[in-house]
Amino acid sequence: MTGETHRGAVTAKNWLGLIAIMIVASVAGIAIVLLLPWFPEQGSTVAPKIDTFWDVLITVSVPVFVAVTTMVLFSVWRWRQRPGEEDLDGPPIHGSTKLEVIWTAVPTVIIAALTTYAAILLIDIQAAPAKQTRVVQVNGVQFAWDFATRTDAGIVKSNRLYLPINEPVKFNIRSKDVIHSFWVPAFRLKVDAVPGITTSYAITPTKLGTFDVICAELCGLGHAYMRQTVTVLSKARYEAVMAGIAKSSGVSQ
Amino acid sequence: MTAKLRQAGWYRALAFTILGVAVCLGLSTGLRVAFGVTPVYDGESVLQISLLMVPFFFLGGIGCFDYWLRWASGRKVVDDHADHGAKSWRDYFKVNTDHKVIGIQYICLSFFFMFMGGLMAMVVRAELAAPGRQFIDSNAFNGAFSVHATLMIFLFVIPIFAGIANYVLPLMIGAPDMAFPRLNALSFWMLPVAGVMMMLSFLAPGGSFAAGWTAYAPLSVDAPIGQAFFTIAVQFAGASSIATALNFLVTIITMRAPGMTFFRMPLLVWANFSTSLLVVIATPFIAASQFMVLLDRALGFNFFNAAAGGDVLMYQHVFWFYSHPAVYIMMLPGFGIISEVIATRARKPIFGYRMMAFSLLAIVVLGFTVWAHHMFVSGMSNWIRIPMMVTTAIIAIPTGIKIFSWIATLWRGVLKMDTPMLWALGFISMFTVGGISGVMLAMVPLDIHVSDTYFIVAHIHYVLFGGSLFTIFAGIYFWFPKMTGRMFNERLGKIHFWLTFVFFNITFLPMHLIGVQGMPRRVSDYAEQFATWNAIISVASFVVGLSSLIFLYNMVVSWRSGPKAPSNPWNSLTIEWQVSSPPPIFNFDAIPSVVGGPYEYGVPGAVHAVLKDSAPEPVTAGAGSGAERSA
Repeated sequence: MTGETHRGAVTAKNWLGLIAIMIVASVAGIAIVLLLPWFPEQGSTVAPKIDTFWDVLITVSVPVFVAVTTMVLFSVWRWRQRPGEEDLDGPPIHGSTKLEVIWTAVPTVIIAALTTYAAILLIDIQAAPAKQTRVVQVNGVQFAWDFATRTDAGIVKSNRLYLPINEPVKFNIRSKDVIHSFWVPAFRLKVDAVPGITTSYAITPTKLGTFDVICAELCGLGHAYMRQTVTVLSKARYEAVMAGIAKSSGVSQ
Repeated sequence: MTAKLRQAGWYRALAFTILGVAVCLGLSTGLRVAFGVTPVYDGESVLQISLLMVPFFFLGGIGCFDYWLRWASGRKVVDDHADHGAKSWRDYFKVNTDHKVIGIQYICLSFFFMFMGGLMAMVVRAELAAPGRQFIDSNAFNGAFSVHATLMIFLFVIPIFAGIANYVLPLMIGAPDMAFPRLNALSFWMLPVAGVMMMLSFLAPGGSFAAGWTAYAPLSVDAPIGQAFFTIAVQFAGASSIATALNFLVTIITMRAPGMTFFRMPLLVWANFSTSLLVVIATPFIAASQFMVLLDRALGFNFFNAAAGGDVLMYQHVFWFYSHPAVYIMMLPGFGIISEVIATRARKPIFGYRMMAFSLLAIVVLGFTVWAHHMFVSGMSNWIRIPMMVTTAIIAIPTGIKIFSWIATLWRGVLKMDTPMLWALGFISMFTVGGISGVMLAMVPLDIHVSDTYFIVAHIHYVLFGGSLFTIFAGIYFWFPKMTGRMFNERLGKIHFWLTFVFFNITFLPMHLIGVQGMPRRVSDYAEQFATWNAIISVASFVVGLSSLIFLYNMVVSWRSGPKAPSNPWNSLTIEWQVSSPPPIFNFDAIPSVVGGPYEYGVPGAVHAVLKDSAPEPVTAGAGSGAERSA
């Protein structure tokens, strides 16, 4: 490219090439990012909704990054200073109201759409569970969780959390000392255990198996080791396991 | 010997420090005797009182208060500018009132703490190279990441921006110095106090503070005495910030050269004006939060003791009311630097200058409306979440305006791809990644899953490393010739950039993935499934650490023996480049007159400011007119 043309106007051909690169890079970028194994397994009714929301966020985000980076790289490729241009200045362009309105309006629309989606999803997640929901009392203490479940026989306490599949459950979370955070990555939800108040959230487990329960808020020396498990069982197995724990370690009222 | 002890300086500072400890020992013991507390001697009591009081003895000894005390006691004070300007390297270790000396003091001290904080990061990554315990126990690990973050935030990013602005800003607006040079000196000397206190915490019984840089109560209230080093050091760093911000505000408002209207100010000045507003309004809140922790710890006030009616969540609200604006305190000055570098190196006026200034102010206002987005899973009232999500997402709009305006400034320019420009362009793309993950984190449903995971670690490092630190490097390379009168080695600068850029991404990009997969942050041990990525991250982070040594070597060697810098190596229009490199002791022989915008590149014969040559008495002229205009 000679000194004359590379300083000339951006031709229609340039724009087509630029837009083509952006589209190809965006599609490829979205595909690659979506194919990554992002989330742990889906263990609750909330999980697929969060994962879909993530896919939407990625689909919107990758083109933004691609557009910014492509424009920067194009500018460098097209207009970098070449030998003999040491004393050259660019054209004294001070701005363009039209462009500024566009790049204020477009992000505003994107942001409005995403926050609306997020707000609807959040209200859905927060929706109060059905009346007869099972309640599990979750207690955080340095550096372990203990769980108390109300059953027909009385309150059953355990260090492992057991839940029946496909039944809504509400966690009431408390702390005995400092702040902890009750997080089951497979369920996708967490909330802090705060001394003095009871926090809560409700989920419905959808997958049989054993999942990690993690403390997500720095709680002191043993924070890294405050990892336990939740086991989701069929209704029948669940009743049997709870009865077994009640028998071996007793119940309280 | 007595003469040395009477004179302001390190001997007197040492003597005063020892005296201070003795006074605190006497105070603690005396009070305990008076109130009949046994035992009479209590080490922790003496230590906490000393942490609060000894710094004032040190600051007095080094000479920060000499002038004011003389004046207040009615003795004769002389304005002979004896403590202005540096004649040898030793003057950089004394109390000095020259904004250029103070700027370099700030920058060198901040880089010292960057290397200390960086070492902590290396310790953290070494421990995390594999699951299980490698080198250090959890207490030391929690201490390492807490001190890493605290030093990087309070002793590196925030003060180095104040340092760069200290040096450049008065020159840019055509002022002979800052508005309050003695306050400026005091602001600086509070920083080594804060930084040394934080590092000394490793010697405390029970180890250094280890509750994270956020120091959430009640963990920080129950923690061993090392936590008090954080609680009190933050007060000194915060006081330094507030004093400097006031100084910048008064300087910018009252000391602009004739003709320097607000809309002729370079965007670096706008950026520091906005930042100073944030600092002055927000920083008292972190001071309050830490005073409450201190009172809880030392005197049992029970602010955060739920069992005694305290409110645990209140700590987080007060803390984040500062600490969210603090992320803009750590970013807006960088925006200013990028505007200077891009306009000068792309040889074009800043695209949409007024919108660039207004978007800074928009960020200042919006910055105060979003703090609770750090608390989406904290257990606060659910209704706060959606409004805070909306305000947080809105901040992306003024930020986006800035990104697009920089790109439009590059468009059709003549891009000089040297080291400052590489850092600036690297900043644009890396900060965009941090901005995008920021919008994702604003979205409550996703934030609930990823808060307190490595996704957060990735996000803040894209914003503070790919963002702030890249702008700091851009600015340091850009103004290095002005500050030192020497050129840096361009080749080493480029190697530094490419090594950092590549390995920064290898370090922090995978953290997004392992965060969403379920790896919590602030853990010394993790599940086996994250082992491979953590090993890769650790190796890459060591290369980032090593690349900073290239920077150090380049700076030190170029400062000592680099080629002499001309006064205006970048052919820039702003005023600091129209004086010699380094500038004369009072900056200008005569105060310049500003006649046009700061970025009129491409306009034939455009001039930003007119500097008169050789006034008859340079020193008097500079100092005299400064006093006139500030009166």
